[in-house]
This record gives sequence, structure tokens and C-alpha cells, in this order.
Amino acid sequence: MAVFVILAVALIASAVGVISAKNPVHSVVALLTNFAALAVLYLTLSGEFLAMIQMIVYSGAILILFVFVIALLGAGTSVGDLGPNRLAKVMTPAVIVGALALVVLGYALLHAQNPSGGGMLGAATILPGSQSQIAAVTIMPGADGAFGSIADFGRALFTTYLLPFELTAFVLLIAVIGVVVLAGGGAPERRKAAIREPIAKPKRRMEPTR
Amino acid sequence: MIEALPLWLLVAIKSLVLLIIVITLFAYTMLAERKVLAYMQLRVGPNKVGPWGLLQPAADALKMIFKEDLTPSSADPLIYRLAPFIAVFTALLAYAVIPFSQGEHGPWSIANVNAGILFVFAITSMGVYGISLAGWASGSKYPLLGSVRATAQMISYELAMTMSVIGVILQASTTSLSGIVEAQSRMWFIVPQFLGFLIYIITAVAETNRVPFDLVEAESELVAGFHTEYSGLRFGLFFIAEYINMITVSCLATLLFLGGWSGPGSSGHPLLGLLYFVIKVFAFLFFYIWLRGTLPRLRYDRLMAFGWKVLLPLATLNLLVTAIVVALWY
Repeated sequence: MAVFVILAVALIASAVGVISAKNPVHSVVALLTNFAALAVLYLTLSGEFLAMIQMIVYSGAILILFVFVIALLGAGTSVGDLGPNRLAKVMTPAVIVGALALVVLGYALLHAQNPSGGGMLGAATILPGSQSQIAAVTIMPGADGAFGSIADFGRALFTTYLLPFELTAFVLLIAVIGVVVLAGGGAPERRKAAIREPIAKPKRRMEPTR
Repeated sequence: MIEALPLWLLVAIKSLVLLIIVITLFAYTMLAERKVLAYMQLRVGPNKVGPWGLLQPAADALKMIFKEDLTPSSADPLIYRLAPFIAVFTALLAYAVIPFSQGEHGPWSIANVNAGILFVFAITSMGVYGISLAGWASGSKYPLLGSVRATAQMISYELAMTMSVIGVILQASTTSLSGIVEAQSRMWFIVPQFLGFLIYIITAVAETNRVPFDLVEAESELVAGFHTEYSGLRFGLFFIAEYINMITVSCLATLLFLGGWSGPGSSGHPLLGLLYFVIKVFAFLFFYIWLRGTLPRLRYDRLMAFGWKVLLPLATLNLLVTAIVVALWY
């Protein structure tokens, strides 16, 4: 319980840090803390695999790209000026999105209470034997059939949630192609020709200095 | 007697002992590098401090501690101070799960976790933050260039590295490090996973930013790369992190491909197993130093092309073949 309270405080504090920091890099560091605390929280639920994947994917791959982009696109830029009446400009979309997120989250949570309903949290699949096993810490984490084991993840991902999983991968692929098209500039043939073009040679040989 | 101690005290004692060992190992790896390089270049190397220069690390450490700690006025003070700690913290944390030998009551490690190999990858993937944040926070040009290079390089090579190791995980069908070593009791994984081993070795050198992949701190182009502005003990922390990461990837290579502590007559004799383990790790460290004495630095675009167009497809192929073989015959 004490561990949970410490982690929860760290999570909320770092989350506030992410949105309140003026400097984007400070936000990234706060988000890193947040991810780390979340990973430890998964560990306390004996979700070893989930915790490690959380660190490898989110902190090790995605967040570092944020740092990379921030470093490339001018360091230390602060929040853009939104002009007068900016509170209203920020508040309106924030309230709408927040309310929507709350509705979705509430629906998912309520739905997940009922294992036969197969809620969005997938309680029926990821937690074999439902709630009773969460308390049973005696089960070796990582072993086949235990809560959060790799085998369970794989089974859930490639059977029950195959369609959402593949669709998400597809959406990400579209995003990648979109970036290549937007940032690539011009048709592939022309780009290739531009690269092949030799570096401009000096018109004539340098005169030896006398 | 050991069982009588509370768990937290046991872990604390183990951690302290391991910390001292790892730091000492770091100091003498550095000295060994200077000595071996010197002999490869027909020099003598450090030989004035103590017999055969054996006290040189202590002298270096004292020098580091007493140097002035400068912070550039254009730096971001908080992140600038934080970055070296992230580097050392992540470098040391990996040792929480690395087993060194097999005793009667289980493997000799601080914690024997089931997701051991995943834990090591999760932690070492954090190491890049130390470098990239340091370069950004220094507020000057060369460190920034160095850190941008580092980030791109480490992300690119980490992918191929992880892919090469998944082959081992598939074959051992466990993610526990001691389990992987046990799975090699008949044959070391270097034989069936030779391609994976090659990819792992190459990417490991790139991940630790060592010659020939030390574009991050290419002194002829970038002064000293990401740690140009650092001095004194903060620079020392980056130095420690780099060498400890070297030792970590050598330990991992030993565990994943060379059978860890297994060797003739090692079963039932944990100390002999430990000796085998240490010999294998030292062989890797020597290989590292040897590379530095032999190879020139790669050009940056070649480095990227090599990572994405050669190593990654090869690692994918290796993974695919391993998966098919494991699915059909195991």
C-alpha cells in the first residue's frame, strides 16, 4: 500500500510536470519519470513483461525520438504565443477532449467489471480465472498461464485482439508513409538523380602558389 | 546464516559488494585499455604510478575529483547536472539482474527475475538519455551535434541488437538469464545462432559508442562530442558509464552466446563457473580494445546505411529462420 501511494504521488506529480513545464525537454524528463513510475506500478502487480515492454517501447524508443526532434528543431523554444484571450482558446478544446476521454474511460471501466461482456480492458482474457488470481501472489510471474505472462500476452494479442492489433499497426504504417511523402520531397527518381550528381568540380585547376 | 538476514539487508549487501567490484573492474579495464593500446602501438603506457602503473586509476580518480566543475552560462542547469547521473544510474542498474555463476540455492545475482534479459534491455535503452540530454543541456554546438548523432545511432543499432537476441530467446524459450545459460548446457548458442552473435557483437560496439562506431565523440570533428563542456567529476561519471556499459554488453554476450559460467567441470563448482565467466568477459573486453587499436572510424552515412540496410535485414532473416526452425523441430 505504501509503495502504491508513493508511486501514485510520483505519477501525478510527474504528469503535472509534463504539462506545466515551459521547456519541452523538461517535459520529456518529467514524462520519463512518469513512465518509470508506471513501470514500477506494473511490477507491483507482477506484470513483469508489461513493465519491461513499457520501458523498452515508450521510454527507450518513442520518448527518445521526442528528445531527438527537440534537439534538431531548435533547443529551448518555449510555448508559442496564442495572442489575447488565450485561456478561452485553450480551455474550450481541452474541456471537450477531457469530457470525451472521461466518457470513454468510464464506459471501458464499467464494461470491464463484467468478464463475460469482454470489456475494453480485456479483463476476461488477460486475467485468467478473473479477479481471484490477482490476489494470489503465489503464482510465479512469467510462468505460462500466470497473470501478465508472455504467453498470455501473445495469445491475447494474436487471437482475441488480432483485428485491433493489426489495424493499429496499419494506422501507424500509414502515418510513416505520410511522413515519408511529406518530408521526402519530390519523386524518388528525381531524388536519386540529385544524389548521383557529382559535387560541383572547380572549373579549373588551382594555380600553384608561387 | 544468510537466510536469517532480512531480504532488504541481503540485497543491500549484495549491491554494495557488486558496486565495489564493478567500479574496480571499470578502473582496471581503463588501465588495461591504455596498456594494451600502448603495446599495440609500440609504446609502454602508464608505468610510473605504482608497480607497472597499477595505481594509475587511483591517481586519475584523485585528479578527476579535484578538478573544477564548470557549468557553461548557456547551459540548462538542471538537465546539465542530471544527465551524468542518468548515464551512471542506468549503467549500474543492469547489474541488478546479471547472474555470474550458479550456486546450490540458485544463480549468483542480486535478483533472479524471469524477465531478466528484457530488464537489461529496458535499462540499457535508458542509457541514451544521459548522452542526448547532456548534449542538449550543454547549450553549445558540438555537444548538440554529438548528442543528435548518438541518439540516431543508438536507436538504429538497438533495433538490430534486440532482433539478434530474440533468436536466442526463442531457442531457449525463456527470458530469464539463468534459464538461457541452462538452455546452453548441450551446445553454446554461438553455434546455432552464429549470425545473431555476429550482429550482436557489431551492434554492441555501436551501442557503447566505441571505435569504429565512436562518431558520438569523434574528436577530430566534434572536439569531444556530447561531453565537451563537462569537466571534473561530472565528466568522470560519463567515463565510468561508458566503461561499465562495455562490461555489461560483454557479460550479456557471455550469457547469451558463450554459455555463461558453463565450462569443463563447472557444474557443482560455483567458483570455477565464476572463473569461466570472468575469463569469457575479459576475452570480450580485450576484443574491444583490440578493435580500437586496429580499425579506423566509420563515416556517418555509412554507419547509418550499415545499420539499417545490412544489420537489420540480416537480423530479421536470422529471427525468421530461427522462428521457423523452433516452430517445426522443438
